[in-house]
Amino acid sequence: MYHLVKRAIVATLFISASVGSASAIDIQEVTSPGGITAWLVSDDTVPVVAVDIAFKGAGSSQDPEGKAGRANLLASTIDEGAGDMDSVAFQTALQDNAVRLSFDSSRDHLYGDLTTLSSSVEQGFNLLRLALTEPRFDDEALTRIRAQITVGLRREQNDPDNVVARLWSRTAFPDHPYGVPANGTVESVANLGHDDMVDAFKHGIARDNLVIAVVGDIDADTLAALLDSTFGDLPEHADLADVAEVEPAMGLTVSDTVDTPQTAIRFGGPGLPRSDPDFIPAYVMNHIIGGGAFSSWLFQEVREKRGLAYTVYSYLAPYAHTAVFGGGTATRNDQAQEAVKVILDQFERMATEGPTEEELADAKAYLTGSYALRFGSSSSIARQLLFIQIEDLGMDYIDKRNDLVEAVTLEDVRRAARRIFGEGRPTVAVVGAPAG
Amino acid sequence: MTPITNSLAAIGVATLMMTLPATAKPVDLSDLTIAPDATTFSLDNGLQVVVIPDRRAPIVTHMVWYRIGAADEPPGKSGIAHYLEHLMFKGTSENPGSTFSDTVARVGGRENAFTSNDYTGYYQQVSKQNLPQMMALEADRMRNLRLTHEVSAPELKVVLEERRARIETRPSAELGEAVDAALFINHPYSDPIIGWPNEVASLTFEDALNFYRSHYRPGNAVLVIAGDVDVDEIRTLAEETYGKIADDKGRVTRVRPQAQKLRADRLVELADPRVTQSSTQLAWLVPSYTTAEPGTAEALDVLAEILGGNNTSRLYTALVRDEKIATSAGAWYQSSAIDDTRFVFYAIPRGDTSLEALEDRAREIIADIADNGVSDEELQRAKTSLLASAIFAQDNQASLARIFGAALATGSTVEEVQTWPTAISAITADDVRAAAKTWLDDQATVTGRLLEADAPATAAITAPAPAPSTAIR
Repeated sequence: MYHLVKRAIVATLFISASVGSASAIDIQEVTSPGGITAWLVSDDTVPVVAVDIAFKGAGSSQDPEGKAGRANLLASTIDEGAGDMDSVAFQTALQDNAVRLSFDSSRDHLYGDLTTLSSSVEQGFNLLRLALTEPRFDDEALTRIRAQITVGLRREQNDPDNVVARLWSRTAFPDHPYGVPANGTVESVANLGHDDMVDAFKHGIARDNLVIAVVGDIDADTLAALLDSTFGDLPEHADLADVAEVEPAMGLTVSDTVDTPQTAIRFGGPGLPRSDPDFIPAYVMNHIIGGGAFSSWLFQEVREKRGLAYTVYSYLAPYAHTAVFGGGTATRNDQAQEAVKVILDQFERMATEGPTEEELADAKAYLTGSYALRFGSSSSIARQLLFIQIEDLGMDYIDKRNDLVEAVTLEDVRRAARRIFGEGRPTVAVVGAPAG
Repeated sequence: MTPITNSLAAIGVATLMMTLPATAKPVDLSDLTIAPDATTFSLDNGLQVVVIPDRRAPIVTHMVWYRIGAADEPPGKSGIAHYLEHLMFKGTSENPGSTFSDTVARVGGRENAFTSNDYTGYYQQVSKQNLPQMMALEADRMRNLRLTHEVSAPELKVVLEERRARIETRPSAELGEAVDAALFINHPYSDPIIGWPNEVASLTFEDALNFYRSHYRPGNAVLVIAGDVDVDEIRTLAEETYGKIADDKGRVTRVRPQAQKLRADRLVELADPRVTQSSTQLAWLVPSYTTAEPGTAEALDVLAEILGGNNTSRLYTALVRDEKIATSAGAWYQSSAIDDTRFVFYAIPRGDTSLEALEDRAREIIADIADNGVSDEELQRAKTSLLASAIFAQDNQASLARIFGAALATGSTVEEVQTWPTAISAITADDVRAAAKTWLDDQATVTGRLLEADAPATAAITAPAPAPSTAIR
């Protein structure tokens, strides 16, 4: 703790909870003497510290050909023993110190999540350090976790929702890592061993692709010291494989059969990347058409008016190397064609008519009003701070974000809709038992 | 995306709570109080109100819990509690159609609802200044629901799709229905929360309104508000909204036939071509926090943690790590229920291990605890884990609101929730041994096996494990 701590309070952000009350979230950018930077919100109300980290680019898109599922297996085994502690010793240390530590992978990134009590924060960071610097990847652990993952993969083979998600991905992204199952296949996972883990680890875990968010009962000085002791020994540079930029294929229709009473449907085509000036308008458009309110077009047309489905949704997903507008639903086998038609009709309507002024106003009210709900707990604030860093949106993004939404006009939404739907219809994947 | 009347939640109240970080700096959490600032009071019409201040952000979670659930349905009307939950979004005279949901959306709120065996809940999370409006709308919906055939008929189709998605596309869920039917003899927990398909298909909105009118009243409800509020302000708001509803009937008395403890073991099996991995579970009928003698439910919580709560538990260590006969193995206890509840072992075999072999080993491991008890180290570790969960839960106002709501809707008190850490800390190794002996080792079991369609029942492969802890369904 005798390090010189360079501490900068970069911004004091106000989350406006619509009219009236506002709450300050003080984000500090803490840079350790060793040059490691984290975003911190210090708040001692609850005796808990939430730490979210990510290694950018180290997700499943790095899995080499034939090694699908490598990042997923890596995330599942980093905490299975480190240093002189085998799996049991490591897991026992976590429990005895009331430390929660887990890792996860997405298409693009590798994530770590550490939660500790205030009283166990040093032990927590120390266990994280061990996992990140001296993971063992013992055969015993690899064999055991591989068997668990394989059980899950086998189970998914007859689950329509999983089958349809994979079918859509490989149809939309042939010959690209995004089209390969992120968790691998039974065959590819069987081929993953100790060397693969070491390889993935060596290439993906480094200081220059690390982002860190910390929220809760810890101060900047304490954190600065822990940043160096925890991450200081990581390699300076990650060595990631290039991933090609790609557009999802449009207009295809594919199907597969699983003998089940309900057909699962996925659709998806090109979206807009976050860097596109029309991204925020597209985001608002997605909310109106299927983004998660009872009032959305898809919800109203598919569920409320016709009772075709329990769940129907759309999403706008900007990945690191592509952008997708997609969604899905599930309905009784003999209603599948009708459901697809109803959904595609809404896309057509959005591309030609667009929403009304009132729908736009309601969407903006929802999106701006609900933003504050993302900052209600230490763990949720940490997630937001991590996300903003990964996407490189800047520390003032929380301040700007609602203004960006407010600025969206009807013409902006229509333009974004034309760009997304005007080129043709999305690729549709359907999995169930053929009706009749 | 989450919205939609998301039903069938069962929150394991006591799956969340805590004890002491062991190594380094041991901290004694045994006298820790969960949400020490929480207070409770009742309105004249019988509505119980719980206020849990969390002033970190200008956000409020507003929940109404009705003390009525799927286990309180009339014979032949299974699924009516859940169907009603869906229909509660169809409007009132004063706020017709989707006015309520539209209002929530316009203020940027989140909303949802859930049905369990013992309660039905509705909630919104909104910015603080929108709370009065939520309370007014929810109070209106408590008595003034208006339904027509036009809005109710498509919703019944939605519920049948929900059943298809949750149950009929999943052999493991269909097996779960059979295990419940075999475990809860003479008790309504034997019926699925979402209802039997033929009975759901014949439900009408008049059925829903009958159920609604008799059970949705302030005297039979709990209002839980967590977030940036204080108790005086809530008292005033509650009186101005819910307080205007007259009710002198009090709580619905839930007299249910009691589950029978049979001496006979039962075996249910489901073979299905969609099953790619066989699995097995053992279920025991055990007391809940509501039915147990003091200390028994706490001992079962600690037992579940030691036996199968994590990947260093007795079951995982023996079956998965050491003997390598399972790919996963564990145990969970559904602690929160009005009547007797379930304790479950589950495992997925590895290699050519038979399901019987896994079941036999589980029984031996339980018998070992029943005969020889647990170590002080295991006991301490389990308590630390349980109590750490409770501290972590305090980071989230919605989690706290759910913990209190589920506890109160199943017969516990605010004080019992708050002092749960003390009760857990008081559990001794011998309490755990006795719980294993009395409630598991000496009792009949229901075995549930999920099999590949072509496999003979004695061969074995592998299959879905039931979700550990907090049983959903």
